[in-house]
Amino acid sequence: MFFSWPFFFEVLIGGLLSGVMYSLVALGFVLIFKASGVFNFAQGAMVLFAALTLVGFINMGVPVPLAIVIAIIVMILLAYAVERAVLRPLVNQPPIILFMATIGITFFIDGFGQTLWGSDVYALDIGIPNQPLFFGDILVNSFDLVAAVVAGVLVAVLAVFFQKTRIGRALRAVADDHQAAMSVGIPLRVIWVIVWSVAGLVALVAGIMWGSKLGVQFSLALIALKALPVLILGGFTSIPGAIIGGLIIGAGEKLAEVFIGPFLAGAIEDWFAYMLAMLVLLFRPQGLFGEKIIERV
Amino acid sequence: MIYREAGQFKTSYAADQAIFPIRLDRWGMLVTLFVAFFVIPVVANEYWLLSILVPFLVFSLAAIGLNILTGYAGQLSLGTGGFMACGAFAAYKLSTAFPELNILIVFLLSGGVAAAVGVLFGLPSLRIKGFYLAVATLAAQFFLIWMFNKFGWFNNYSPSGVISAPPRALFGDFYVTGASASPVAKYLFLLGFVAVMALIAKNLTRCKIGRSWMAIRDMDIAAEIIGIRPLMAKLSAFAISSFFIGIAGAMWAFIYTGSVEALAFDINRSFQVLFMIIIGGLGSILGSFLGAAFIVLLPILLNNVPGLIGWQIPVDMIAHLEFMIFGALIIFFLIVEPHGLARLWQIAKEKMRLWPFPY
Repeated sequence: MFFSWPFFFEVLIGGLLSGVMYSLVALGFVLIFKASGVFNFAQGAMVLFAALTLVGFINMGVPVPLAIVIAIIVMILLAYAVERAVLRPLVNQPPIILFMATIGITFFIDGFGQTLWGSDVYALDIGIPNQPLFFGDILVNSFDLVAAVVAGVLVAVLAVFFQKTRIGRALRAVADDHQAAMSVGIPLRVIWVIVWSVAGLVALVAGIMWGSKLGVQFSLALIALKALPVLILGGFTSIPGAIIGGLIIGAGEKLAEVFIGPFLAGAIEDWFAYMLAMLVLLFRPQGLFGEKIIERV
Repeated sequence: MIYREAGQFKTSYAADQAIFPIRLDRWGMLVTLFVAFFVIPVVANEYWLLSILVPFLVFSLAAIGLNILTGYAGQLSLGTGGFMACGAFAAYKLSTAFPELNILIVFLLSGGVAAAVGVLFGLPSLRIKGFYLAVATLAAQFFLIWMFNKFGWFNNYSPSGVISAPPRALFGDFYVTGASASPVAKYLFLLGFVAVMALIAKNLTRCKIGRSWMAIRDMDIAAEIIGIRPLMAKLSAFAISSFFIGIAGAMWAFIYTGSVEALAFDINRSFQVLFMIIIGGLGSILGSFLGAAFIVLLPILLNNVPGLIGWQIPVDMIAHLEFMIFGALIIFFLIVEPHGLARLWQIAKEKMRLWPFPY
């Protein structure tokens, strides 16, 4: 038996830290869902697109900080385009139609990004340290620690943004009821552009972190598929839910892979998160932190 | 002036409730079937039969299946690929374990296996809906593909993980699977099967069970209040939809490709079928065929047209363009014509009824 406590904690911490990375992607989903009620399947494609744009400009010789600024501008333009071309004509459609529209956006952005920048694998190095650190017997990757700090800062900033600012209040009003928000003078379109821009920024951050870990390549878009179970576990509307869901999925997945996987032919990481999320849904259909919605005719 | 219903009097309820109440529609369908069964096998060459018509028919069947679940019952599913794999592997296990079993029965049984699995993964739909359910069906997608990929029992311990269709005859020496089957035999068998299944699907959606699906789709709580049991409606939708999709998967493996591995049914296959029903028309059997034709033909067009008019586009660029065009089309159809190509056909018929006077 290969079980030992230091090994267990090493796997656990590794899992928790990779869960933070899932949370980064899941955050983008939550932001858009909270403010517009759209379940944005395209978040993964946005992560890929942001990272590709960044790497593309760096490879053209643009200094890193400037490239990041350009990537931010591109993501804001993308947000504007999505609002104009997709969301505005689809106002008042059932959520499931909007969801399918975002699948269309996903395919479009995937194809567009790769048409522009090619489908090679690019290395992305913006100077994040990547040495293994030892705490006692436990091995931790310093890169994952940086990612955790970044995620923490991002969440704090977003929390302040949502709770304390005027725009944050407007966002919450829109999330509550589109029509009521419009009737008290909150500009719905502006809010949507802001939300998609913020989600684009979160996608950029996630793209930088994942891109420097795995290289910028098409598989980044598939990370969205990893973030989905995180999301349904935590609840669609809860930022803390995204974080805690990410931690649970990350840790559970790694522990299951290492300790249960060998008995089940391995690679159970592919579906474990989904099965876990589905089981939770059977008992708590709104996720761990979601709002319970009472329906009536 | 040609297409009109004036003067066609219906004197019985049966005539009023017919699938094609207008005489010209009936004739049109008969002509289409005649062409499909008797003209195409004579005229079409092997490339057309095997690379365009067979995948078109297989995809149509899968699209009908998904349309029952998503278009009629309103349960969005992203697990189509998993259920197709289920059908394919069930057909493989059945046909190798019971070699004397008729291939037709093998296909029907494999559909049954897929239906059972579909019900199992449809159980969460009783408590969750909308995107939550879509994500839960992704669990089916990933779990099933992983299972078929990892456990050798499903592919009879073949080292490559590939299953190949054994040669089987429908009757006598009319081989429809395996290397000895002629393209025409494959095509005719598939066509006959799909035609019967489409008729069944069309009638299912017109009868009590189809109406209960549509009631659940339109407003599930209201449907429950007027006495439709959501348990039966949702689970039957999952079962029947998976039955169709499972048979489509078996057909894919046995008739279209001949040999297949689990990864052929990955999540992209699910999206492909979903796109078919969105473009073709949600909640329409005709739309399933139109959407399948569209999605099968579009890549072929994209690959050939630039060459014909003298453009040289690199192959990977075409793949990316295909992505972009699919994505844009999905958005376009959702915005402009949410009922898809089927609705366009319907509008064309309405116009023809009034032609040459616009009103």
